Amino acid sequence: MNEPESEIVEKQRLFDNPRNVSLVIGSLYSVCILLFLLDFILHRHATNEWEGFAGFYSLFGFTACVTLVLIAKQLRRILKRKEDYYDVAD
Amino acid sequence: MWLIDIPPFVPFFITALLALITRGRIRNLILLATPVLGGVHLWLDVSPGIVTAVSIMDYELILMRTDRLSLLFGYIFHIAAFIAAIFALHVRDTTQTVSSLLYTGSALGAVFAGDLITLFIFWELLAISSVFLIWAGRTERAIHSGMRYLVIQVSSGMLLLAGALVHYYQTGSLAFDYIGLEGISGWLIFLAFGIKCAFPLLHTWLTDAYPEATPTGTVFLSVFTTKVAVYALARGFPGTELLVYIGAVMTCFPIFYAVIENDLRRVLAYSLINQLGFMVCGIGVGTALALNGTVAHAFSHILYKALLFMSMGAVLYRAGTIKASDLGGLYKSMPKTASLCIIGACSISAFPLFSGFVSKSMVMAAMIEEGYDYVWLALLFASAGVFHHAGIKIPYFAFFAHDSGIRTREAPLNMLIAMSIAAVLCILIGLQPQYLYVLLPWEVEYWPYDTTHVLSQLQLLFFSALAFVWLNKQGIYPPEMHAVNIDAEWLYRKFMPDTARSVYGFLKQTGHRIEDTFDSTLKDAAKSMISTRFGRFNLAASWPTGSMVFWIAIILGVFLLADVITLNLPVSSRQ
Repeated sequence: MNEPESEIVEKQRLFDNPRNVSLVIGSLYSVCILLFLLDFILHRHATNEWEGFAGFYSLFGFTACVTLVLIAKQLRRILKRKEDYYDVAD
Repeated sequence: MWLIDIPPFVPFFITALLALITRGRIRNLILLATPVLGGVHLWLDVSPGIVTAVSIMDYELILMRTDRLSLLFGYIFHIAAFIAAIFALHVRDTTQTVSSLLYTGSALGAVFAGDLITLFIFWELLAISSVFLIWAGRTERAIHSGMRYLVIQVSSGMLLLAGALVHYYQTGSLAFDYIGLEGISGWLIFLAFGIKCAFPLLHTWLTDAYPEATPTGTVFLSVFTTKVAVYALARGFPGTELLVYIGAVMTCFPIFYAVIENDLRRVLAYSLINQLGFMVCGIGVGTALALNGTVAHAFSHILYKALLFMSMGAVLYRAGTIKASDLGGLYKSMPKTASLCIIGACSISAFPLFSGFVSKSMVMAAMIEEGYDYVWLALLFASAGVFHHAGIKIPYFAFFAHDSGIRTREAPLNMLIAMSIAAVLCILIGLQPQYLYVLLPWEVEYWPYDTTHVLSQLQLLFFSALAFVWLNKQGIYPPEMHAVNIDAEWLYRKFMPDTARSVYGFLKQTGHRIEDTFDSTLKDAAKSMISTRFGRFNLAASWPTGSMVFWIAIILGVFLLADVITLNLPVSSRQ
């Protein structure tokens, strides 16, 4: 009698528990803060003028990705077609 | 083992023949043994400076010319062929097996080719052998896509042949060395290489066809064609400044498409172009560091790209779909594939301790060294972008995200072994880059691991990840949905057929109108003609075309007769 029951009730996996998800996101936040602060402690050997600013790579990484997604989202308005767009021939 | 001057493609072509007549274990054995033995032989016995030529009809084909550049591509092609062969070991489709062997052999033939005609032969063989891996998808879409792929690839070969012939006419030599952009021949060859290297607007064959091939076929495809083109550019056009800008566009535009693309193998195809962009930039810069960076990046790229295509191939094989909108939560059923995919994702994103980091940073460093500050900035943008779409999007939407409810089994053992080998190599190159650096063609002192590089790269990547999380939490991230995004191929897949169709329709309609207007008038005229006394004559009974042919025959006969008669006259009177 146990067998069908085990099929219905699935084992809880790693990310089924919302606590684990927030744990991952929480550690990401802490690593980001740590890396940002390290810029003020460690010396980065800058080879051009932009690189030298403290926090350059952190800010660039963040803004680059946000810009990328926002532009891509707008591009969808122009580029998006139905999935069978090319299949339809009259 | 065997003679050192046998070109490396020969064993693969022989094995392709053997694969036709063998089955089961014996076939598997020779499939695996060929890249191993060939690779070991190349590594141990073959040194730079070997030239093998054969004469065919007064022309000397240089089938093998080894130097450090061609040998390095030779090694990685053998490694990749071995990994891909393991991945495809379960496939019971002779078409795919034979064509993948011929394809591998052609790629090896091309990188060891010493003259442009030999290069042309293998260039076309690459196209013809690989298209069967696309057709083997056996869907209507795959067949059409393969046909477009073949047309574009073969035209690249035609351009190469034309360029080679003009080059020979101008310089008297067909040797495949530095070519440069001087004259029409240089441009023709450049364009031929550019098509295979997926230059912007010439790239559509790649994003069109690679996602339509079989799960195993795409792995082979991702390795060879484009990297042969990178090799050819590195040999023929190093230091061509135009390539810096072409490369920069190649790194940037595909990431926008990758963000909104739903087919995860097509996402990988776009990110393949993005990675090629870094290599093309390195060739354009052309310094020893930049070229070493290009070659090293090609080496590590082949491994992590194959790993990513393998993990997505495994998902497609097990789950039956590769659409991001239909996937999710697969880490529950395919945890090993998920972990291996993440290793590939870390490598392509150039995380420190993974392979992409130790090779891409060389190109970036060379860029700054040569003062390409703005292009460097574009490449940095693309680096953040590649992490975003290939590093996070691929594993996230396939294995995590919302649970799609798909429950399946872990990938087959052979697939797991193949992915594991690639993953181990990705990490090994990342941890011990000196083993790769020592193989590079040019002598340059470079070491990627210092505080500056590691810290700046980690900042870039972690804040990109932060952006992904933030966008998702805010609900700004564009949802995955069933759709296609139009690209440059729209020109020949939609605009040109539609225009042709409407022009044809217009002409047809005009034809009908003319017929309607004049038809009755003409018919009446014909009837009244026949009713007159002329209607009795033979010619009136026949179609006008019939009588026309009859009269032309008579006229030609008269001319012939006249000519024969005048032949007998003295020459002076004929003038």
